[in-house]
Amino acid sequence: MRVLGIETSCDETGVAIYDSERGLLSDLLYSQVAMHAEYGGVVPELASRDHVRKLLPLIREAMQQADTTREQIDGIAYTAGPGLVGALLVGAAIGRSLAWGWNLPAVGVHHLEGHLLAPMLEENPPPFPFIALLVSGGHTMLITVEGVGRYQIIGESLDDAVGEAFDKTAKLLDLGYPGGPALEQIATKGDGTRFRFPRPMTGRPGLDFSFSGLKTFAMNTLHANEITEQTRADIALAFQTAAVETLAIKCQRAIRETGIKQLVVAGGVSANRALRERLDRLALKERAQVAYPRLKFCTDNGAMIAYAGCLRLQAGEREPPAFEARARWPMDTVTAL
Amino acid sequence: MKLLAIDTTTEACSAALSINGAISERYEIAPRQHATLILPMIDSLLSEAGITLAQMDAIAFGRGPGAFTGVRIGVGVVQGVAFSIERPVVPVSSLAAMAHGAMAGFNATNVLAGIDARMGEVYWGAYQRSSDGGVRAVGEESVCGADETFIPETGRWIGVGTAWQSYSEVLAARCGGRLDQLHPAIFPRACDIAALGVIGFAAGEGVSADEAQPVYLRNNVARKRGDSV
Repeated sequence: MRVLGIETSCDETGVAIYDSERGLLSDLLYSQVAMHAEYGGVVPELASRDHVRKLLPLIREAMQQADTTREQIDGIAYTAGPGLVGALLVGAAIGRSLAWGWNLPAVGVHHLEGHLLAPMLEENPPPFPFIALLVSGGHTMLITVEGVGRYQIIGESLDDAVGEAFDKTAKLLDLGYPGGPALEQIATKGDGTRFRFPRPMTGRPGLDFSFSGLKTFAMNTLHANEITEQTRADIALAFQTAAVETLAIKCQRAIRETGIKQLVVAGGVSANRALRERLDRLALKERAQVAYPRLKFCTDNGAMIAYAGCLRLQAGEREPPAFEARARWPMDTVTAL
Repeated sequence: MKLLAIDTTTEACSAALSINGAISERYEIAPRQHATLILPMIDSLLSEAGITLAQMDAIAFGRGPGAFTGVRIGVGVVQGVAFSIERPVVPVSSLAAMAHGAMAGFNATNVLAGIDARMGEVYWGAYQRSSDGGVRAVGEESVCGADETFIPETGRWIGVGTAWQSYSEVLAARCGGRLDQLHPAIFPRACDIAALGVIGFAAGEGVSADEAQPVYLRNNVARKRGDSV
């Protein structure tokens, strides 16, 4: 089965073609990051306007790169939520209508299911069950994945997502938007002994997170010190260490509580080297395996939607000729295959 | 000439089929239900006429102005449908469609069409009946306050659209004594998009599916960092 996948839930337009026999045939991404940077954050209306300009040309290009004609496509999958409703609606409208015109089945995919299943696109996919740590600008979650559609959230952030905390702290440090990667960069020059930031919610049981306090702690530290290059680097390092340590502590707990010794890390923050090094050490200690999908599959992309959609279409899921975009969509209401 | 038309730019949702000039239509006032209604509407029109999508020569759509999300749903649907059969699309102004509907329905020749654009503004356009059965814009379509709307200096006019509900007194006053009728409950309809689409297609206004793009009129939707408030 060959499936066209469309992702437009936030500020990236992603289109991919996945074939259940031959694997990923094309995978294209248009990022709006530069446009939103001028506004200091994602502007939903502008994101929607850009998707409607970029999506159809990207679909044409993805078909061309995959050497695929319309007759060779067996179904269309698009992200139906959660995300920015206006942005989602562009992908849903084009994807659903194209499938209708081609008389093909279509399916709306849960964005986070895409992320959870993305590691399956790699050569040595992790076996079920696994614990997924999903860390991005929009999410911080620990989820047990027993199979397709069998997800249980065992921990999540009660306030800011960890990527959001990275970006907001970076903004405080004048590193622009989105500043997470820049923060990681200057942290390499930091003195790790100068400041110690708290590890939020690690002193009590449970797997939930809270990251908004770290950002505030960074602000107070910045105001209490003379602002020099070195101070900024030291704060960046202290913040990063605290965030990474907090994630690692909760991952360790999740492994011990569930007895599941396979960890998968997804989302944009999984690119952070300090996090990877820390989780590698944790895995060694816990005799667990940890897998990181390639960065391209960690951030938003069409490939994960094409893949998840393919599994669902193969299982016989079908939609009426209507489409829907959901700002919220609880993970536990996704149907199990 | 076989042409499919859709409009989802306002709280109305509609689809129409024009087959050699004969128009059939599905039309509903259905706020926030466009995504559920529009494809089944097209389906039912096609099966009633006993023809397939692939037999269409072109697809016309309401390109705005209107509610941003509604405008994009229409553009998205028309892009998907037109790309699926590789047919040209014909963008039609939602304001012009309202004017066309009013000319037919109220036997008018001059129409001031306005849609309430929220935030104290209206989407606005003035239209006259043209000899080919279509409409001709007098001046440019705009988004502005009701007290800044363009009213042509001569002629007698009728007013249509939700702008006339929200700002009837201000708008009527601007017309002086030259306002003959007022019909606020008029929305863009696919039957008018179809009629104007056929004329536009004949005039060479067809474009590729990729070029089916919204006309929002309101473009200052966000402030850049450092811009003054």
